[in-house]
Amino acid sequence: MNLFNTILVGLKEVWTHKFRSVLTMLGIILGVASLVGMAAVIKGMENGMKEAMIAMGGADKVLLQEEEVPSHQQHLADQAPGRTMVDVEALRRSAPLLRVVSPEMRVSGVVATRGEKMAMPSELCGVWPAVVDMNLHTLAHGRFFTELDEENAHAVCVIGTGIRDELFGAPEDVGREIIPIGELVNLNGQPFTIVGMFAHYESEQEKKMRELARSKPPETRAGPARQRGFGRGNWAFWRKNYTMYIPLNTAWIRFRAASGLDNIPDPRLSDIDLKVGSIERVDVALQQARNVLMMTHRGIEDFSFRTQENNLESINKQIRNARLSGGFIAAISLLVGGIGIVNIMLASINERIREIGICKAVGASGLAIFAQILIESVVIALLGAALGVGASYGLVAILALISPSANAPLITPLAMAIAVAFSALVGVSAGLFPAWKAARLNPIQALRNE
Amino acid sequence: MALVELRNVSKIYQLGGEEIRALDDVSFDIDEGEFISIIGPSGSGKSTLMHILGCLDSPSRGTIQLDGMMIQDASARELAAIRNRKIGFVFQFFNLLPKLNVVQNVELPMIYSGVSASERRRRAMAALASVDLANRSRHRPSQLSGGQQQRVAVARALVNDPRIIFADEPTGNLDSHTGEAILGLFRRLSVEGRTIVLVTHDPEIAAVTPRRIEIRDGRIAEKIDLTLAGLDREAPTIPRRPAGGGTGVTQ
Ligand SMILES: Nc1ncnc2c1ncn2[C@@H]1O[C@H](COP(=O)(O)OP(=O)(O)OP(=O)(O)O)[C@@H](O)[C@H]1O
Ligand SMILES: [Mg+2]
Repeated sequence: MNLFNTILVGLKEVWTHKFRSVLTMLGIILGVASLVGMAAVIKGMENGMKEAMIAMGGADKVLLQEEEVPSHQQHLADQAPGRTMVDVEALRRSAPLLRVVSPEMRVSGVVATRGEKMAMPSELCGVWPAVVDMNLHTLAHGRFFTELDEENAHAVCVIGTGIRDELFGAPEDVGREIIPIGELVNLNGQPFTIVGMFAHYESEQEKKMRELARSKPPETRAGPARQRGFGRGNWAFWRKNYTMYIPLNTAWIRFRAASGLDNIPDPRLSDIDLKVGSIERVDVALQQARNVLMMTHRGIEDFSFRTQENNLESINKQIRNARLSGGFIAAISLLVGGIGIVNIMLASINERIREIGICKAVGASGLAIFAQILIESVVIALLGAALGVGASYGLVAILALISPSANAPLITPLAMAIAVAFSALVGVSAGLFPAWKAARLNPIQALRNE
Repeated sequence: MALVELRNVSKIYQLGGEEIRALDDVSFDIDEGEFISIIGPSGSGKSTLMHILGCLDSPSRGTIQLDGMMIQDASARELAAIRNRKIGFVFQFFNLLPKLNVVQNVELPMIYSGVSASERRRRAMAALASVDLANRSRHRPSQLSGGQQQRVAVARALVNDPRIIFADEPTGNLDSHTGEAILGLFRRLSVEGRTIVLVTHDPEIAAVTPRRIEIRDGRIAEKIDLTLAGLDREAPTIPRRPAGGGTGVTQ
């Protein structure tokens, strides 16, 4: 008996008991839907987290963090120097395994204004040009700071598109892209010239949605226009778009030099970020950096390194946990589905003992009967899987509706393939016992069965 | 060489330590083209004999040769193949599959012998035509009368062109008129050269076959009982003489 025929008979059998079959498939449907749906949610989460990490500077970025002085050095606490330009110069000179050293001096409480309009930068930092490499920025328009800007503490700035949106208008609202190079903005009353602007940063998801919106005819919007990058956007991308950089020296001379406690200038940097030459030698490179810093800090260990490895590990751990719990739920549903199939197949062969006897009398071998029942069981499981995949699309749509986020769930073919493969496996294992029972039926007794 | 050669065949059932000899040392031959009835009272072992002849069951003892093959030791799989290709069955309760239509029922044996779909359809329609049911091919068995269902069963038995056809009480579930028609069909098949074994407890039916084998208590009766064999046409409803201490024939 050929396979195609057997499948057809199986489908017919399912069709004659539609209601019963669907009930039986429910476990499989739920199992597959939860497996595919969970995998989609987790995939969305993973994408979001990985994108955010790259938006924040990538996996090879190392933060030099300020720490409490360790307890055995507590008596030296008031001599702890903190992170200063001395460290930066020493690292650049004496730690060749570091590829990039990027000092940042954050100026807090600054508002950028232009006429009536104003914007709050997510961060206003005095930086070296190394920051572009460090934080993976793309300069879309104009230029970055030159040696001369740094040397003479020019009042120039490079802005993210978010600042532009606030001060000059977003492309969505004015209908064209404004490039405000050469324009003036006031930072706490001091005029600064915009010399460069970064590209617009967005997640893949936002990009897709924006392109979709563009291909559709514009709808008339009531109420205030939705701000770009905010609300549904990913926090990391929003922050990056609202960046505002000025030369380090400018930050020092124009803001910091007179702002410290009791007007004593505070020479400390708010951040020193490092990138190592090769990610494989990160331990060696950081040991080298530690040695240099121990010199400049006169042995006081008031710093530590924070690598993205920790970050990556925690992302991976979260993903793993989510996968595990999702897989567990799906596995239980599939198991229940499998038991349902065993049950229904046993009931089905009990109903059909006489039919099986007839088939045997006209020449069906035990193997043919076995294959028939097994294939029927697999057909039920695979139909359930197909419905489950359909249901997972619904599930994901509902999830996206009740909790809109930048990390939209993403149904992957791999998850689908795994779910279908597992369903087939469940179908086969569920069919084995009933099929064996049917194949073993004695034709004479089966025919005698009323 | 005969088509079927039965030698010293016994079938013994063990029921709670007790031995039931459903068949006891039975030997006979069936030649090609014979039309033969196996007759005997209820419980005498007719069906058991037919099941063994029809490869649905294996004997406890003895040998059977069918179409030149020894089959008493064949595996279940080999028996299935022999049933499929060499044997056709017609049962008392028609035994059609209710979910399949008439032509699909007739195609069933060919499905297990791997005949292509178009060839299956062609042969099934030919077999249906030979029992005058070609116009009912799309009907369900439940939409047919008993006689028509039995004709479908005959078509199914014929469709793989078997060497021998076994019919166990084929008229047992039909009224006498319809039963006559089915018997007429068997007679016609016999004239066409088919080998047919008819199992019945009814002497009137056995009377249509040229040769009769009478079974009593699992043994072949020494002499054909003419009364039992239905040659006593005057009083067919009178209870027969009890057969060998067993039950009499009841209608
Ligand atoms: N599976 C079995 N287990 C035990 N005994 C059996 C079994 N099958 C048949 N028998 C016994 O074998 C004997 C012959 O049974 P069989 O069915 O061959 O009779 P029969 O001649 O066909 O009767 P009927 O005309 O009523 O159909 C009976 O005594 C029956 O009880
Ligand atoms: Mg019987």
